[in-house]
Amino acid sequence: MQYRVLAELKKCLPPDAMITDEERARVYECDGLSGYRQLPACVLLPETVEQVQAILRICYREKIPVVARGAGTGLSGGALPVQDGVVLGLARFNRILDINPLQRSARVQSGVVNISISEAASCHGLYYAPDPSSQIACTIGGNVAENAGGVHCLKYGLTVHNILALKMVTAEGDVLEIGSEALDTAGYDLSALLTGSEGMLGIIVEVTVKLLPKPPFSRVLLASFAEIEAAGRGVADIIANGIVPAGLEMMDKAAIGAVEAYMHVGYPVHAAAILLCEIDGVEEEVKDVMAQVAQILRSAGADEVRIAKDASESERFWAGRKAAFPAVGRLAPDYYCMDGTIPRKHIASVLNRITTLSGEYGLGVVNVFHAGDGNLHPLILYDVSVPGEFGKAEEFGGRILEVCVEAGGTITGEHGVGVEKINQMCIQFTAGELTQFHAVKTAFDARGILNPGKAVPTLRRCAEFGAIHVRSGRLPFADIERF
Amino acid sequence: MIQTGGDRLSDRKLDAILNEFRGLIEEANATGVPLVIRGGNTKSFYGRKVNGTPLDVGPYTGIVSYEPTELVITARAGTPLREIEQTLAAQGQMLAFEPPHFGEGATLGGVVACGLSGPRRPYAGAVRDFVLGVRCLNGLGALLNFGGQVMKNVAGYDLSRLMTGAQGTLGVILEVSLKVLPMPEFEKTLRTEVDPSNAIRLMNEWAGQPLPLSAACHDGDYLYIRLSGKKSAVISSIQKLDLENCSNGTEFWEALREQHLAFFDDPAPLWRLSLPSTCNTEDLSGSRLIDWGGAQHWLKTAERADVIWETAKRLGGSATLVRGGDQNGMIFQPLTDGLFALHRRVKQAFDPNAVLNPGRMYPEL
Ligand SMILES: Cc1cc2nc3c(=O)[nH]c(=O)nc-3n(C[C@H](O)[C@H](O)[C@H](O)COP(=O)(O)OP(=O)(O)OC[C@H]3O[C@@H](n4cnc5c(N)ncnc54)[C@H](O)[C@@H]3O)c2cc1C
Repeated sequence: MQYRVLAELKKCLPPDAMITDEERARVYECDGLSGYRQLPACVLLPETVEQVQAILRICYREKIPVVARGAGTGLSGGALPVQDGVVLGLARFNRILDINPLQRSARVQSGVVNISISEAASCHGLYYAPDPSSQIACTIGGNVAENAGGVHCLKYGLTVHNILALKMVTAEGDVLEIGSEALDTAGYDLSALLTGSEGMLGIIVEVTVKLLPKPPFSRVLLASFAEIEAAGRGVADIIANGIVPAGLEMMDKAAIGAVEAYMHVGYPVHAAAILLCEIDGVEEEVKDVMAQVAQILRSAGADEVRIAKDASESERFWAGRKAAFPAVGRLAPDYYCMDGTIPRKHIASVLNRITTLSGEYGLGVVNVFHAGDGNLHPLILYDVSVPGEFGKAEEFGGRILEVCVEAGGTITGEHGVGVEKINQMCIQFTAGELTQFHAVKTAFDARGILNPGKAVPTLRRCAEFGAIHVRSGRLPFADIERF
Repeated sequence: MIQTGGDRLSDRKLDAILNEFRGLIEEANATGVPLVIRGGNTKSFYGRKVNGTPLDVGPYTGIVSYEPTELVITARAGTPLREIEQTLAAQGQMLAFEPPHFGEGATLGGVVACGLSGPRRPYAGAVRDFVLGVRCLNGLGALLNFGGQVMKNVAGYDLSRLMTGAQGTLGVILEVSLKVLPMPEFEKTLRTEVDPSNAIRLMNEWAGQPLPLSAACHDGDYLYIRLSGKKSAVISSIQKLDLENCSNGTEFWEALREQHLAFFDDPAPLWRLSLPSTCNTEDLSGSRLIDWGGAQHWLKTAERADVIWETAKRLGGSATLVRGGDQNGMIFQPLTDGLFALHRRVKQAFDPNAVLNPGRMYPEL
């Protein structure tokens, strides 16, 4: 980057808000997908909306790429810097601006850490529902950018269902208020469009979220199954019976083994799969529903069903699930977390396909995931120090995503496309659809400075990857120019 | 998988209808005469008037797939809302956003395009919260699919939610996948006589407690609430609240949803103010009915439109002239310059020659 531009950027920021030395910039060279690394030209840590505006005005004028970054816990390389570009870190946007207990909303800056919203609202008996496993670290801005989910989104929804308003700075440096504290606003639903847009359409500086009353009572049930198919059936049967659990998670044998070896929570190590089902609400209701779920799972073929006796046993059941990722981390030097979503009825068949692929690639795989929404998280085990193994893991991961699309699902449920799944976008979408995405991007960012190269592949890239999706054997709109 | 009558349209017939739609779009692009997209024509009172060639989505009808265990229904835009509701009810499921019909022929496409939700909205979510995927034709006639049939999906921009409530200005909606929910096992309506400002306070206080609320409104005299869920949860909440039992609850909420209550039987202009749930609109003259736990005020008033828009803006919300206004004038809350410019660019991205329902929301959109 030219010295002139660096100097101009420096001038709009407080003294310690620009990082250009390699050592300190290293912290920002990757996100949670650490296989991809890139040093940016500089990292900027503004403190005010005006500073963000000033940065964007300069970058827009100079056509300098800007990559927004919250906590960098993203798992798809969304916050991966661009060479010669700027990383715009929102870490200093860390203030909770306002909590309105009667109206049940909180207005916070975008760098506020997810869990701190619930902590601040707790004294009012309220909380912010979406709870990604990374909630002690990830920011609300990053959650909006990825439309993050969590263990409880089966009942309480994703980020998109739990936000009311956004304040964003456009690529050109203007401030826009999107949505409002009312339940809907005039015009297009731009807050839905921005949610999950991976930092491609604007820089979010403020978010107003909905708060919900804390459920007075909850219990967890653990069911073990000798066959994956029976566990999959159990999931479908719970839903078919009109029950929407607060959470419904599945772990396969490999995951159970890893967790037991790590922390001994008493999971049945011989089971092919376990289901953890949480029910919340008023006490009478929870007890009724729990009994019903236990019955349903036994009929589906569970050979053991344990209902937590009290809150502490509930916590113990969850503890294993929550520790699953670190536990898997002990099985292999590295693991690669995938994120496809499929219709629930295909859980067993897709897991079986993944097992077959695991054999083909000679790489282990562990499954621990949000079964209630059909959101799979296969963890592929590999060793980055073995030459070629990361490439193999990536290819295996790509195959898993293709299996998800074939099953009627999607390549990403909650982690985003980022750089990671950009090729699989060519499989899920047609050229016409990708063209529409690019047109939307241009409406927000005509010069393409925001997070370039992420989320939506160019048609040229798809052509090189060799996989433009052709639906039902027909090339759609052969008349529209593609490349 | 449950398939129903509407699905009997053959693939050939469906292709023929699609080709006809695309022909109309092509022609509109060539001649500059825009299209007026219609489903059951039950919501033509809503929004600004558009002049042009009708594109009738009604014939593109039928439930494509419905799997109760997946909590997902996919249906073509022309499918009657009633057919969808009946199909779901037969499996003990429902559209949780409780869409208003506003007439016999209401279609799914119209519901999604208008983005209107009923009394359950503050507690269960709006239409857009349940839209999982959309198949549509954009303003150039390109056939596009966004989203899908799964609960979580962040691949690509969320254009299916963007289309929801865009009133056909971004695309001709052909098919929609919606998340559905189990019907509550038990429901009870309660009421109490209280003035509007206390009603607003109570509705907000109750919503902050773990009560199974599914509707709350104040009709000028009484505060009504509906509790839905497991029987045990509803009964225990009734005991806590100690309110008067209302025996015709089901009819009441339906009449509210369809605007059949006596309040709505009036030719005066009817405004809808969507506001933060704790606001009071006493500054505006006229009579009002407050729904959505305080977040939606229906107002019959002779106040000037700009006064109403100004008030709504000051309170942090927006106002829409729903009935009885001049459909050639402004209907929706004016947008700020910056937002309007962005809206125009978004419109351009889908419909560069402005052939789809142009002006239905705002002039030049
Ligand atoms: C152990 C672990 C567990 C996880 N569990 C879950 C889970 O259960 N559910 C889930 O959904 N995800 C999960 N994730 C993924 C990740 O935590 C989420 O995607 C999270 O939302 C990212 O937030 P962040 O602040 O770290 O964003 P970053 O990683 O910094 O950024 C993510 C994307 O958002 C953009 N962005 C960030 N801030 C802004 C802003 N203010 N304005 C515009 N764009 C912005 C970035 O450019 C990037 O594209 C997990 C990650 C880890 C490491």
